[in-house]
Amino acid sequence: MMDRILVVCEQRDGVPSATVLELVSAAANLATAVEGVTWGPGGAAAAAVLGAHGLARLLDLGDLGDRLPAPRVADALAARMAGEGPPAAVLVPMSYDGRDVAARLSARLDRPVLANVVGLRDEEGGLVSEHEIAGGAQLARARFTGPGPGIFVVRPKSFAPASDPSRPPATVEAVALPAPGPRDAVEVVARHVEERTGPGLEAASVVVAGGRGLGDQARYARVERLAELLHGAPAASRAIVDAGWVPYAYQVGQTGKTVKPDVYVACGISGATQHLIGMKGSHHVVAINKDPAAPIFGIADLGVVGDVNEVLPRLIAALEAEA
Amino acid sequence: MQIAVCVKQIPDPGDPPRFDAQTYRLDRSGAIILDDSDAYSVEMALRLAEVAGGEVTAVSVAPDGELSGLRTALAMGVQRAVLVSDPALAGLDALGTAKVLAAVARRVGAELVLAATESTDGYTGTVPVQLAELLAWPALSFARHVELEDGLLRVQRQTEAGYDELRCPPPAVVTVTAGVVEVRYPTMKGILSARSKPVDQLSLADLDLEAAEVGVLGAGQEVVGIEDAPVRAAGTMVTDDGTGHVAVLEALRSWKVI
Ligand SMILES: Cc1cc2nc3c(=O)[nH]c(=O)nc-3n(C[C@H](O)[C@H](O)[C@H](O)COP(=O)(O)OP(=O)(O)OC[C@H]3O[C@@H](n4cnc5c(N)ncnc54)[C@H](O)[C@@H]3O)c2cc1C
Ligand SMILES: Nc1ncnc2c1ncn2[C@@H]1O[C@H](COP(=O)(O)O)[C@@H](O)[C@H]1O
Repeated sequence: MMDRILVVCEQRDGVPSATVLELVSAAANLATAVEGVTWGPGGAAAAAVLGAHGLARLLDLGDLGDRLPAPRVADALAARMAGEGPPAAVLVPMSYDGRDVAARLSARLDRPVLANVVGLRDEEGGLVSEHEIAGGAQLARARFTGPGPGIFVVRPKSFAPASDPSRPPATVEAVALPAPGPRDAVEVVARHVEERTGPGLEAASVVVAGGRGLGDQARYARVERLAELLHGAPAASRAIVDAGWVPYAYQVGQTGKTVKPDVYVACGISGATQHLIGMKGSHHVVAINKDPAAPIFGIADLGVVGDVNEVLPRLIAALEAEA
Repeated sequence: MQIAVCVKQIPDPGDPPRFDAQTYRLDRSGAIILDDSDAYSVEMALRLAEVAGGEVTAVSVAPDGELSGLRTALAMGVQRAVLVSDPALAGLDALGTAKVLAAVARRVGAELVLAATESTDGYTGTVPVQLAELLAWPALSFARHVELEDGLLRVQRQTEAGYDELRCPPPAVVTVTAGVVEVRYPTMKGILSARSKPVDQLSLADLDLEAAEVGVLGAGQEVVGIEDAPVRAAGTMVTDDGTGHVAVLEALRSWKVI
């Protein structure tokens, strides 16, 4: 058991991200005291759910207005560590803001970062992190040496969240920040939410993903229809996100979302390592691809060698007939 | 405006990665190329220099005087290249790389640094923002659209829910996502003219940096092992003869999805 672990607790309107709850749960198994830092409107409202997952204390930086969080959060963490000494580890969700916080904190503390963590183990000599490499074919283990905290950036869905409603809410401590400096020169002028219907990609129990093999953008509608019939979420490979067929929020993989649904249906996706990293934890995988040598078949429970633009319409028609 | 673009030179990702059994370092003995992720940052840098005026310097930290990826950037149109190569840098981590890049950014008087969101082989995705912190600059990360107008950067930054519109005066670090722009292919003329463009090859001493300072010796982290991950059991394969969808329906039924 280590002494103290600090978790970077991203939240929106008082709701922590799923990865944050996973990290707090993991930290509660590894350390006697788990502390968090949060920011943005509603931070304090997250104290109850964070507490139930094992967080004891929550530093709240408050509403940062139109500033990006990373420089401010890194400052607050560095200041806190100067006062109270470093924790054994800082766990950071692998998200847009999370990565930037970790990078800034690393440079501030002159400590390296271990990114793409998918597991943590308490071993003699400290925490050992696990990393998937080569598209998940290999697992590397790493650890920090020397003084100072280990900064781990952890991929979503690496740990199971565990909550106990009898645990008290985390104690909230408001932290006053110094005035913004030159690193805070970025101004957020507007925030856009790209609407999507149906269950969220990361929470869906069925994910239907389309790739370049669909041939053109209009045929992506088949992926959406199949997802709808299976009460799941549509997703995409990077190739068709880059091609502008669907928004980036649909992307599964190394630079996109990590999903672990019950069933993942890959339609016209080759199965590049960067795609596999985001979906290989799926319980069951179905792949439809006309190339029998496509790497996606290597991880599929059911592989259909065929033209996705013939198989999908038939599959959809059969399901519609049943409905 | 002086623009620096960070480019990583990496083993061809088409070849499976090999690791040294003792040091667990990536084997770089095969062909080395410009990281595809950075082709986007190079393209972006060239376009910004075209509208704002100014020059683009491609900067890379790589072992053994490696220039092949930098030559691609030169052929695409960047005006000059800087390579930092030093035996003392073996095993350099992300923070160390950022320290070296920061020293180069200062040396070339960069007012804007472009990089990719993450590299193909390392994908820590931390180097550019570590660099920003070392320079005490703002960072606009995960940019999916970048403009430079009247001396002001305007960026659309990817978020979990959609995107944010950001505004910032330089100096700044911007990291771009793949697909941010259509990447040009080097032309024959570009390839030929690349040969006569200036390439600065620097050592740590040229940058007044000490190996210990960059953090190579006590890098603060170590790999303790690499193992094969458990393999998934092989699945069933069917060839679609007009009934492929039936196999899918049966599987979905057996998994109680329908
Ligand atoms: C740093 C980095 C990060 C990356 N991150 C991601 C990421 O997060 N997510 C991601 O997905 N990718 C990512 N990639 C890209 C990845 O390497 C692949 O390029 C991408 O996944 C390919 O998408 P695809 O499978 O749709 O296209 P392709 O690789 O072009 O594959 C298309 C497939 O469709 C099949 N096909 C063609 N026609 C038909 C048909 N009529 N019927 C059936 N099958 C057909 C083909 O046989 C082929 O297998 C990343 C790459 C890099 C360098
Ligand atoms: N050795 C390097 N030389 C130049 N640029 C680099 C180097 N390593 C990383 N970068 C830049 O930082 C980005 C992110 O890299 P990484 O942090 O490894 O994911 C890369 O795409 C490059 O733009």
